[in-house]
Amino acid sequence: MSWLTNYVKPKLQRVLSSRETPDNLWHKCKACGQMIFQKDFEANQYVCGHCDHHDRVPPAGRFNALFDEGKFELMSLPRPVQDPLKFRDSKKYTDRMKAARADTGDDDAIKVASGTIGGTEAVVAVQNFYFMGGSMGMAVGDGIIAGARQALKLNAPFVMFTASGGARMQEGILSLMQMPRTTVALQMLREAGLPYIVVLTDPTTGGVSASYAMLGDIQLAEPGAMIAFSGPRVIEQTIREKLPEGFQRAEYLKDHGMVDRVVHRHALKDELATILKLVMGGQYRRRAAAE
Amino acid sequence: MTRDNKTVPTEKGERQMMTFLEFEKPIAELEGKIRELRSFSHGRDFDIGSEVGQLEGKLGRLLKDTYANLTPWQKMQVARHPERPHFKDIVAHLTEDFTPLAGDRTFGEDEAVIGGLARFRGEACVIIGHEKGSDTESRIRHNFGMARPEGYRKAIRLMDMADRFGLPVITLVDTSGAYPGVGAEERGQAEAIARSTDKCLSLGVPLVTTIVGEGGSGGAVAIAAANTVLMFEHAIYSVISPEGCASILWRTNEKAKDAATALKITAQDLLTLGVIDKIVAEPLGGAHRDRERAMNMLGDAIEESLKSMAGMDGERLRRLRREKFLAMGAKGIN
Ligand SMILES: [Zn+2]
Repeated sequence: MSWLTNYVKPKLQRVLSSRETPDNLWHKCKACGQMIFQKDFEANQYVCGHCDHHDRVPPAGRFNALFDEGKFELMSLPRPVQDPLKFRDSKKYTDRMKAARADTGDDDAIKVASGTIGGTEAVVAVQNFYFMGGSMGMAVGDGIIAGARQALKLNAPFVMFTASGGARMQEGILSLMQMPRTTVALQMLREAGLPYIVVLTDPTTGGVSASYAMLGDIQLAEPGAMIAFSGPRVIEQTIREKLPEGFQRAEYLKDHGMVDRVVHRHALKDELATILKLVMGGQYRRRAAAE
Repeated sequence: MTRDNKTVPTEKGERQMMTFLEFEKPIAELEGKIRELRSFSHGRDFDIGSEVGQLEGKLGRLLKDTYANLTPWQKMQVARHPERPHFKDIVAHLTEDFTPLAGDRTFGEDEAVIGGLARFRGEACVIIGHEKGSDTESRIRHNFGMARPEGYRKAIRLMDMADRFGLPVITLVDTSGAYPGVGAEERGQAEAIARSTDKCLSLGVPLVTTIVGEGGSGGAVAIAAANTVLMFEHAIYSVISPEGCASILWRTNEKAKDAATALKITAQDLLTLGVIDKIVAEPLGGAHRDRERAMNMLGDAIEESLKSMAGMDGERLRRLRREKFLAMGAKGIN
């Protein structure tokens, strides 16, 4: 179904159409500059084997690494009004969307799936930084709301992987409104006694950081991830000072009380499995509200 | 996204004088003429009544034409007008017994956000809002209305209190955005904004918001996730400043006017999109021309909204508020 048509097929097409140039055979680490065989890089969950730099992971890579035996069910997400503002900058928004869709094979910057993690059923939403910088518009908001509703239906915890530069400017005020909209979805989980767990990945900034990314019952973060409300450039322009070392990185946020744990990607699945088991296993746990 | 623009402080001495915006120059010239004519005829023995009357008629038409056809960029200038009524003006004019309450009980007091107990048209309430300041000294004290986490955490504390004591909450939004600074980030600006939005959406008492001047991004929405979102006729509400948007998408600040248009930041567009509930009309020539009248009209709109929620229980207020936000975005602009 949608998994095959939306993801596998375009990917296959891309693989078939592209020649085997060093460009997609090799990955150059953004941090240390070392060349890594792309297949090894992906097998290592996009972590550099030389310097341990955690690169950005597309949703499929997350789901495969996270769910038991790589088995999961992808949700089909609502398709909101396209280009609600008829926005055009140097390019038309619709053209930017077309390009992003062709490039990723995805509809928008979020994917939601359910399955088991270490035996515990969970709904997992993953933002895709490779789709217009993971920016949050109606589709991302709707995806999170749909994910939260699915978690309610399954009486399962909701795990959110954030990766976003912030609001999708081309959707103007409607992108800003995703802050309250997604918050409503999280309140529904809270009221049903279901855990909401956030994994902050690189980068998580702007309106995303100032809404669902910071409202987790438990806040995990990947090493080195940039997590900020205002980006470092904006701050530098405002205060005209050099920023402190490690400013707005995951470890910095942990030191300042905003993150529970910084977790290496290779340990993430086990860690989540343990947390989900504990947090869903309370002997005084409220029974499912509905049904 | 945050905004990096700042209101340019006017000199102290200018305060008594009207500040004219670029596009208001023909209006200013006409008003100057009328003043001249009046002072020329003052104490002299001839009647200039008909000339003045004519000019005043012309002035009225000019004001009406200008303000009926403001571009989004011009509206942004009106929204940032230094003489536009600010939080303190509105509270002084519309409420009694205002008792400001300070501090977030965690770190400090941030005067970019003011809040406290008050009596609005006879009813006890909590009122919270951004204050930009009105002269150099107060602008610095209020940090030009750009709040730090402490400002939002104070807002959360006051909303919480209102909820416990059954007091309706009135918020007034007027900020170019939350403050982008090292300390603000260090102390969790993102978390503070997220929790404040969260608090708005969980209140069991009525929450009425007005976008008074600038509604800048997350720094605005943090106190604006309300049952009723009112917006002054020439106010703006945006995910990013047109300047910031232009520099990112067009890669030049010079396209800020185009960005202002593309972003759909005006009250009229936001009403079409269903993001705001009602436009509060401004006096001819903008709220800064007749502050008192503007504030009275605002008071009437807030009162009307509060009356419409009278007697509703907390569960219903919460549900209506949430349903409104969930339904948002179903329609675009054609
Ligand atoms: Zn490396």
